[in-house]
Amino acid sequence: MTDKRAGRTPSQTVGPYLHIGLVPGMYGVREVFSPVLADAGMPGTHIRIEGRVLDGAGAVMPDAMLEIWQADAQGRYAHPADGRPLASNSFRGFGRVATDKDGGFFVATVKPGQAKGPGDKLQAPHINVGLFARGLLKRLFTRIYFDGDPANAADPILALVPAERRATLLARPDPTKAGLWRFDIHLQGPQETVFFDA
Amino acid sequence: MHDVYSRAGDTADPPLLYPDYRSTAVRSPKQPLITIPQTISEITGPVYGHSDVRPDEADLTKQHAGEPLGERIIVTGRLLDEAGRPVPNSLVEIWQCNAAGRYIHAVDQHPAPLDPNFTGAGRCVTDANGVYRFVTIKPGAYPWGNHLNAWRPAHIHFSLLGPSFLTRLVTQMYFPGDPLFPFDPIYNSVTDAKARERMVSRFDMDTTKPEWALGYIWDIVLRGPGATPLDNDND
Repeated sequence: MTDKRAGRTPSQTVGPYLHIGLVPGMYGVREVFSPVLADAGMPGTHIRIEGRVLDGAGAVMPDAMLEIWQADAQGRYAHPADGRPLASNSFRGFGRVATDKDGGFFVATVKPGQAKGPGDKLQAPHINVGLFARGLLKRLFTRIYFDGDPANAADPILALVPAERRATLLARPDPTKAGLWRFDIHLQGPQETVFFDA
Repeated sequence: MHDVYSRAGDTADPPLLYPDYRSTAVRSPKQPLITIPQTISEITGPVYGHSDVRPDEADLTKQHAGEPLGERIIVTGRLLDEAGRPVPNSLVEIWQCNAAGRYIHAVDQHPAPLDPNFTGAGRCVTDANGVYRFVTIKPGAYPWGNHLNAWRPAHIHFSLLGPSFLTRLVTQMYFPGDPLFPFDPIYNSVTDAKARERMVSRFDMDTTKPEWALGYIWDIVLRGPGATPLDNDND
């Protein structure tokens, strides 16, 4: 028997009006998703990540949307392929945030723990990010790592990134407020963020 | 580490830089994507199901005091993976403009009327056979600023989660025989003609309800399991 594989449905841009369908609260539609992934009672180190999304001309992108996918504070994903019990049943590990008029976004969550990596290695704490916008014909995907985390040095994915570009994947602590991290996304230019293909 | 999900088949997707779609110029990365293994971070993904949606959210004609103007349609189909297997219990989100070609969105300045009885947002979850179903009205074509006399063919935006971070897909469903196809850079950014046609729904008389609504069928295929050597045998 030969398996007849079906052709994939192509990706298309979300366009400028993505909010109506994907973050529709402002249009009076019930929201399912939120930029707040962890309520106050969630076990773990609570953090807030703030940043901006910028295009190749250095202009802020007020019409982008980020999707966040992350493990809990113990490095466990709320998904059957991980299979380990979570620290909290209310943690789903997924969030959405649209950028504001200044291209800004925030995510409120707990710092993820170390998820399993290839082989027996552990991955450094990281947050998976999908980026959508007008002018993006398909999703871009990147990771947010945490500057100064000792696990970064042994992370198998960071090791695949040329050393001079790794800094684009690091959120940095904001000295003005405990628990606040900053992470900007640059689609082009000297600080172009590393995007992945898996 | 072997791939859980296919990598080949990217010819279905448009390139990130497609100059005819002007805004890709400053929004497509210049550096190549970095290929990474499919780790637990990528083969897992958000799990949302029937408890996250309400049955009435799949009917876009019943969200206001009155019914929206336009041609009432049923849009249904199966969510599948590349192996042809149904993707059950998976969230499907849609959004669209109204019958006049106007989005409710604050940024849309097209001088066509808004419809007080139409928002244009819907969601549902696929059933055990991967089937989704929406009731809505046929969206209109509308102009946009990409080039002189640029018009988008009628389309409905579809957002699919699938079972992992890698199956995530946002796309657009088109209607058969649209005369605007040859002129639309977003549609034509998919350079593989067969893949392009997979974005077009088909009219179906069996789905059409007498005295009520026209039916369109559109199956959606997400990334599936990586192909094994046997899959290509004797084909």
